[in-house]
Amino acid sequence: MSDFTSGFWNWFIILAVIVSFAAIFWLIKWTAKGKSAKTADGGIESMGHVWDENLEELNNPLPRWWLIMFYITLVFGAGYLVLYPGLGSFKGVLNWSQTNQYDREINQANETYGPIYNKYLNQDIKALVNDADALKIGARLYSTYCTTCHGSDARGVRGFPNLRDNDWLHGGSSENIKTTIMNGRQGMMPAWEEILGNDGAFQVTEYVRSLGGRAVDSVVAYQGKQIFENNCVVCHGADGKGNQALGAPNLTDNIWLYGGTQKQIFQSIAAGRNGIMPAHKEFLGEAKVHLLAAYIYGLSVDENLHK
Amino acid sequence: MASTSHSVNTDSIENVLYEKRQKIYPREVHGLFAYLRIASVIILLGLFYGCAWLQWDGHQALLWDLPARKFYVFGLIFWPQDFVYLAFMLIIAGLSLFFFTALAGRLWCGYACPQTVWTETFLWIERLVEGDRSSQMRLDKAPWSLQKLRIKTVKHTLWIVFSLFTGFTFVGYFTPIQDLTVKIMTFSTGPWETFWVLFYAFATYGNAGWLREQVCKYMCPYARFQSAMFDNDTLVVSYDEKRGEPRGSRNKKLDHKASGLGDCIDCGLCVQVCPTGIDIRQGLQIECISCSACIDACDFVMDNMGYDKGLIRYTTQHDLDGEKTRILRPRIYIYGAVLLTLVAGLSYSIVMRVPLELDIIRDRNQLYRETSDGLIENIYTLKVMNMDNSQHQYRLRAEGIDGLELIIEQPQIIVESGTVADITARLRAEESDLKSRSNKVLFYLEAEDNQELRITKEGRFLGPG
Repeated sequence: MSDFTSGFWNWFIILAVIVSFAAIFWLIKWTAKGKSAKTADGGIESMGHVWDENLEELNNPLPRWWLIMFYITLVFGAGYLVLYPGLGSFKGVLNWSQTNQYDREINQANETYGPIYNKYLNQDIKALVNDADALKIGARLYSTYCTTCHGSDARGVRGFPNLRDNDWLHGGSSENIKTTIMNGRQGMMPAWEEILGNDGAFQVTEYVRSLGGRAVDSVVAYQGKQIFENNCVVCHGADGKGNQALGAPNLTDNIWLYGGTQKQIFQSIAAGRNGIMPAHKEFLGEAKVHLLAAYIYGLSVDENLHK
Repeated sequence: MASTSHSVNTDSIENVLYEKRQKIYPREVHGLFAYLRIASVIILLGLFYGCAWLQWDGHQALLWDLPARKFYVFGLIFWPQDFVYLAFMLIIAGLSLFFFTALAGRLWCGYACPQTVWTETFLWIERLVEGDRSSQMRLDKAPWSLQKLRIKTVKHTLWIVFSLFTGFTFVGYFTPIQDLTVKIMTFSTGPWETFWVLFYAFATYGNAGWLREQVCKYMCPYARFQSAMFDNDTLVVSYDEKRGEPRGSRNKKLDHKASGLGDCIDCGLCVQVCPTGIDIRQGLQIECISCSACIDACDFVMDNMGYDKGLIRYTTQHDLDGEKTRILRPRIYIYGAVLLTLVAGLSYSIVMRVPLELDIIRDRNQLYRETSDGLIENIYTLKVMNMDNSQHQYRLRAEGIDGLELIIEQPQIIVESGTVADITARLRAEESDLKSRSNKVLFYLEAEDNQELRITKEGRFLGPG
């Protein structure tokens, strides 16, 4: 109602409601004035239809409590309109709205659950790893918020990292994990095709594959190495072992976020990648993120950790 | 039917369609059907008030635990997943209605309906306090005095106490009644418990104390469509007009047939005992709830007069018209057969019910995962629902693809009674073994300690095309 710029609709609705009430009241009074017709000998008149030779409907009077109930509904309706919104933009004496009912429920939930979460928030993540209840909460939070991308077993899929291995793009300490979840991350690999050309990109690809111990054409790989040392070591390190401060992956292991085939690595280099981990600070709040971080940290600490 | 009315006092304002309700004072009646009704009231109320207190296996035998969504019926624990049984029970209830109504009319209304059962109880209390019919009518007509106030207060107090006990028992099927007793004694009932106890108490008091036949006449939809299930071979409470008319009072020793009088002496007892206030001599009417009080009353009078019983009796329209009547007819057989089949079917499926449920939820975000060894992997979350009374350990296996490997994240699948466990499982297969992009796989779950507890569910395994 308050979104309307003109006051016309407000008054239109108020008028419609009041006219309806008046009309219903008048209708009840008018229909109550029928006569309960009687026959000459004082009996009740028949409605006139006959079924099955002798089955009739008599015009018996209706019970008075029906009539009273009708009036009661009008009174109830009027009372409702005083307490709750309905008459145009009048908010009602109780000032009820969907948003403040929601807010009340949220506040009540925070009062109930807040202390539980705060208790865990004050403990170090490394300590929480040994707390079975904390891990259960973490596991449930994980299955609600994280499985869509990282899989219900947390081993990731292409494009979304495996959280159970010990290969961390941005660092696997408990603080790093918590920061990742709180603030999000952006794993941006630039697109090199324009700069290197198709051939150049291919040469780098072969060199990178050789770092992982694959059999490659040594000539092509050597050319790739030159390009690598000029362009890639800035982020990926001189030895290609990555840089957690930048989120640059370790290229020497056999873990490929976007796939480890020749074609997929070429794609990563030539077209670039842009992995986004969303920030959860506003969405979940620090207490829940803290428990999630404990759960994730626990997954890598103990590979056999289960829900 | 004759268009004479039952006695009606219209309002002094002539042109008002609605009339103030006239209170009906049903006269006390004795006889076979009255005893059947009393027996029914005692058995049904006895079951209602008594069964709430039964215990079984450490819990209340009959309990609908709504917050936990578990429904205890003696040794069985039903979960919301079992609601199909309730659906079948309702279908059976519906079919029984058709069956019994086609057979003998409004048996439910007269003998078993809660409205009738509680109204009868309240009438009995009223009779205890105020006396018989004439005493009640005299009291109501009398002006207000201390005596009248005292009597009415006693009656309503007894009614209210009984209603509160009814409300308390009703809620006792949802909150364990022994806990509820303690809570009430210590004034610590929850807001909803308090509300529902008072609500049902109020409903009982209102319906049985005040509304009574108004429910049957104007509120109950059941009442209206029962009549649609009658046919000319249904046993209904009927006045034998041929035998009874012309009615009239006469000397007991008189040979009434010779004087041209029917058996009906026009004593009006059948009208006085009727709880809905009709005159059954006008024929079958919508208000008649088939309580058979008029049968008992008339039989009593017939006995006194030395005539045959049965001037008002259960009979069929065909019989009254002098035609051949058949009570066991195709309709009855068909309803009966269907009813029997459904009851047998439901009993069998409950007895054979396996208290174990398994849901397979496949990770959907990505179609499949490639492992570092090049195998195709699908991830599943399995929900294992242990609906049994005790904890179990289960073993799981999967089939459907050559060389299929199942890896379960948890070392053991142990599920507490009445809980749902989340199990994370992975299936792996060689790409070459996949016959198509979408392959059916079967999961088999079995309890280690009880081979009867097992379930098979189908899942899907997706791979590259």
